[in-house]
Amino acid sequence: MNEKSEAAGATGPSHRMAEVGLTVLMIVFALIVIGGSLQVGIGWASDGPRAGFFPFYCGLFVFAASIFNLFAAFSVDARAGLFAEWGQLRQVLSVVVPSAIYVAIVPWVGMYLASALLIVVFMVWIGRYSLILALAIAVPVMIATFVVFERWFLVPLPKGPVEAYLGY
Amino acid sequence: MEEIGNLFHGFSIVLQPYNILLMVIGIVLGVIIGVLPGLGGANGVAILLPLTFSMSPTSAIIMLSCIYWGALFGGAITSVLFNIPGEPWSVATTFDGHPMAQQGKAGEALTAAFTSSFVGAFFAIVVITLVAPLVANFALRFGPAEKFGVYFLAFCSFVGMSKEPPMKTVAAMMIGFALAAVGLDEMTGQLRLTFGFTHLLTGFDFLIAVIGLFGIGEILLTMEEGLHFKGRAAVINPRIVLQTWKELPKYWITSLRSSVIGCWMGITPAGATPASFMSYGIAKRLSKNGRNFGKGEIEGVVAPETAAHAAGTSALLPMLSLGVPGSPTAAVLLGGLLIWGLQPGPMLFVENKEFIWGLIASMYLGNVVGLIIVLTCVPIFAAILRIPFPIIAPIILVFCAIGAYSVNNSSFDVMMMMVFGVLGYLLKKCNYPLAPLVLAIVLGDKAEEAFRQSLLASQGSLAIFWSNGLVSTIMALGLIALFWPLISEAWNRVRSLATAA
Repeated sequence: MNEKSEAAGATGPSHRMAEVGLTVLMIVFALIVIGGSLQVGIGWASDGPRAGFFPFYCGLFVFAASIFNLFAAFSVDARAGLFAEWGQLRQVLSVVVPSAIYVAIVPWVGMYLASALLIVVFMVWIGRYSLILALAIAVPVMIATFVVFERWFLVPLPKGPVEAYLGY
Repeated sequence: MEEIGNLFHGFSIVLQPYNILLMVIGIVLGVIIGVLPGLGGANGVAILLPLTFSMSPTSAIIMLSCIYWGALFGGAITSVLFNIPGEPWSVATTFDGHPMAQQGKAGEALTAAFTSSFVGAFFAIVVITLVAPLVANFALRFGPAEKFGVYFLAFCSFVGMSKEPPMKTVAAMMIGFALAAVGLDEMTGQLRLTFGFTHLLTGFDFLIAVIGLFGIGEILLTMEEGLHFKGRAAVINPRIVLQTWKELPKYWITSLRSSVIGCWMGITPAGATPASFMSYGIAKRLSKNGRNFGKGEIEGVVAPETAAHAAGTSALLPMLSLGVPGSPTAAVLLGGLLIWGLQPGPMLFVENKEFIWGLIASMYLGNVVGLIIVLTCVPIFAAILRIPFPIIAPIILVFCAIGAYSVNNSSFDVMMMMVFGVLGYLLKKCNYPLAPLVLAIVLGDKAEEAFRQSLLASQGSLAIFWSNGLVSTIMALGLIALFWPLISEAWNRVRSLATAA
């Protein structure tokens, strides 16, 4: 399952591999849904169809359609094309990884500090801007956000130790 | 003529200074959302939805629908000046809009695009004003079986009419329904598919899915392409506008045809994107300048823009009158109605007259205001696109996260948004349609309820969906939509046999 296509010198995972991976994921999802539906019952009770009735058939549909898509994916030529080049995937990951860390630390350090950090890291690391410029953008943006959300629209966002220190 | 009176009452609500202010704010935000990559109409509205929780429903819907109009206008700016469609429905606008900009006629192209958008939207609003009350009145008679029939028709149209492989559409759609089922089952009060995770008790919120799938997914796609913006300068002054306006009436037949195509595609949930392509294709075939299409023909801007706006606007018709949204953005607005405590569907026209006619009146005014704003402020909006992506991308990410958090004040939702984002990127790359997935999450509970209530009435027999003329007609239309590709192919084959003989 590790066919790499070498069209025009660019390398990366093949489109077929990605499609197969995604359909397998969907099949797993379908099986979880079917399993969960069976747990709560898919038949009839005295008050009509039971809770698992509807999701069970949804799961079946996902399962059947994914099996079909799996065969369709295999019937495509393995060298038909790349999913993306490795370089492109590195670009995508350079967004995914910091963002994933960002959403993970929001509950601990608060929305404002985490967001300012994300903007700074992104600008310095990917955009190659100077730290000063990055701070000059991140800090005002987050202060403006604070004013708009906490003061204007009264929507509280998660706050951490820094906000607590400042008295919020 | 009760409707006219209602409409004027609607205008009197909309013309309050506070609501006009909201309208202007909405349009400006909407254009910015439409111009920026990664922020489209659907997730732009989803992110800003929590801000409206404290407003009155009428003011809230005025602002949110104006964001939608703004986003529709904004897509044209990036298409013409940067050759980058800010929204999928502006792809067809790039074909002739960008060549015009390269020839130094950016002002003319933009004026034509905005004016056509306005014409298309206006046509659709008139259709909504006239038709929506009738449809709603008719739909008051619907029982659970008919309701399910309408959902069935909507989703079958997706399978039959989308350009993605039908089985992928089915898979995406059913995943949406399954996700909607997670959590508390409203009919039996039983928990299902939670597997003991407390976070899943309330199920998946479709707003989180929209922000992740459309917002984060789009940023990842943009990142992969390594986007560089190289824009053309635009000069719009009153002289150019008037000159273009003098020229436009020549294309009235294209406008009219595109409006009709757009309305039809918007009401059936095919959406604005296919409408714009179809309208462009037909205009190319029928126009006497058809050969110049793609080289900067003004008619090639008029056709797709008119259709896209007509479709985008008329997508609200089934949402308001039947409770079935015609597009992801309409679905988000429908989610808003539910949050404000309004029940979308025919009863809205009976119980919430003020809301519905306020909304319809705001559509008329919002599009006039929108046209004025975009015509006067194009250079400012174009400047936003010149902000480098490494600066704008993390800010968009932050706003997506804030939007996702404030829906339910839950940090878990922010993580789910990220998961949906990566999923959206993969699905998009593998050619799965996202709109039916989102619509299924929105409508899942209602479709299931209608389905189960129907079965309850019939003791489990599927025959109830064919039990009377009305429901049979809806179901039959659904089946026709489902198998439309096969039917049209068979029809073509029969015709070619007939001509050969």
